[in-house]
Amino acid sequence: MLRFFLRRFAVAVLVALTVLTLAFLLTRMSGDLAISIAGPNATAEDVATIRRVYGLDRPVWVQYLDWLGRALQGDFGESYFFRDRVANLIAVRMPVTLTLGLVGLAIALVVSLPLGILAAVREGSWLDRGVGLVAIIGQAMPSFWLGLVLMIVFGLQLGWLPISGVETWDGYILPGVVLAFSAIPSLTRLTRSGMIEALSSDYIRTARAKGLSRLSILVKHGFRNAAIPVVSIAAVQLGFMLGGSIVIETVFALHGVGYLAWESISKNDFPVVQAVVLVLALIYIALTLLADLLNAVLDPRLRTS
Amino acid sequence: MSGAAMPMSRGGRLLRNPGFVVGAAIVGFAAIIAILAPWIVPYDPFAIDLNRRLVPPSFMEGGVPQNFLGTDQLGRDYLSRLIYGARISMVIGVLTVITSGLIGITLGVLGGFYGGRVDDFVVFCITTRLSIPAVLVALAVAALRGSSFMLVVLVLGLLLWDRFAVVARSTTMQIRNLDYVAAAWCAGVSRWWVLTREVLPNIATHLAVVATLEMALAILLEAALSFLGLGVPPPLPSWGLMISEAKEYMFFQSWVIIIPGAALFVLVLGVNLLGDALRDMMGTDLSR
Repeated sequence: MLRFFLRRFAVAVLVALTVLTLAFLLTRMSGDLAISIAGPNATAEDVATIRRVYGLDRPVWVQYLDWLGRALQGDFGESYFFRDRVANLIAVRMPVTLTLGLVGLAIALVVSLPLGILAAVREGSWLDRGVGLVAIIGQAMPSFWLGLVLMIVFGLQLGWLPISGVETWDGYILPGVVLAFSAIPSLTRLTRSGMIEALSSDYIRTARAKGLSRLSILVKHGFRNAAIPVVSIAAVQLGFMLGGSIVIETVFALHGVGYLAWESISKNDFPVVQAVVLVLALIYIALTLLADLLNAVLDPRLRTS
Repeated sequence: MSGAAMPMSRGGRLLRNPGFVVGAAIVGFAAIIAILAPWIVPYDPFAIDLNRRLVPPSFMEGGVPQNFLGTDQLGRDYLSRLIYGARISMVIGVLTVITSGLIGITLGVLGGFYGGRVDDFVVFCITTRLSIPAVLVALAVAALRGSSFMLVVLVLGLLLWDRFAVVARSTTMQIRNLDYVAAAWCAGVSRWWVLTREVLPNIATHLAVVATLEMALAILLEAALSFLGLGVPPPLPSWGLMISEAKEYMFFQSWVIIIPGAALFVLVLGVNLLGDALRDMMGTDLSR
């Protein structure tokens, strides 16, 4: 068990280091960073000044080690545009993104768990096919477009919910629903296949033979076992949702980390872009690590592999 | 795969699957429109007519018969732009799948075939790729290098290979130990021969399932990137770009965003229906 934990942890650290390196390389792709920062109207002297002030005249590996050393201490430098520490900027906006991600995940679970269980219980029926169709439709839905359509319908025509911003709690509902759409297909399919497997096993037959109620069999014996993979995929999906929130935050003008990244990208504010990529990647790595460890605790069979 | 054991051939079973038929019809229609675009558009999709801006579709109040789907904010014929948009989506989808397929299948087959250290490396690459927020990185690269059609293809291709690698790896592992591969080894053929003549043909159908799903994803992501202004550059009529350009008028005339969005949704739905039918038939396991 300890060996499994250590090995898994070592992989996570290695992946994190690789992502750190890639995040550094990402901003060096433009060829000359100083020219990109200076913008199209800058003179040659401006570019030279920027190169000196930001330390871009040093050898690349010196810049890399310097950046890596600081990043490991949580210091992502200063934003060119906002004139603030990048770490501060992210810390202030992270709660919005995290809330959005959790609301999205909660909606996705509330929809996909019952759908998946229902489809499994009536496997092969029209109900099952209908649930499959819902999953395919969810997969094909362009999230930014769905966001705009929901804005028109619920914000403008019905006037039930705010069109943008999160000054009040109900501002999270529409973006949360849109974000949930991206996770519903895979969560529903997984719940369904997990339940089908669980319901066909011997312990379910034993429970039936003992004369337990249908509901008790479904929830206590069936879903408990089907839930293990669902928990781990839910964690992974939360990571994907946080990464994908940039589109939805831009559509709904939610001032979270995704919106910050979007603003920074359009203003050539690379330290912020770099840091957001990194933070979102690290959260994903942590979530998948957590999911794997949780899985190993819940399901002893996985530890040996 | 003996024909006698099955009541119907694979092709026959697919044709009786309603999802497959609908999906094939949608994708086939989009492909024909994309190929024939220059010959079937009623007007030049780039021709601006500022006197005839935001004319509603002909089936709505205020519409005119000349412009079946109306005109956009610059007076360009919406139907003509929509038809050219199909071309952009299809080409981006296909080129992205080719690029990401080459990367993912190479990595996955090598990992699954050789195992050991090679496999550890491949799994590491997949894990790293999955931890990188794709949309964000694609946007950043587009901003740094200046967005263009080919850049979108390249970036999406370099980002969407993970599922190809996962499925190629697991299916290669299953096949590596089968009797006919052992028989090939015994016949003294080269490693290259085993890989290209024994392994690849037998995992090809599973890879086709992945190809459809990745194509759907690539089309959606291109639209999202273009919507955010860092995908296909204007005046190209990408559906995502059309939605983005029409966005400020959507509260007064919602059809301006409904039409390109619905086209996008239907095309992606068609590709997904195809993929789903193939997956049902093959039993491809796409869970990580």
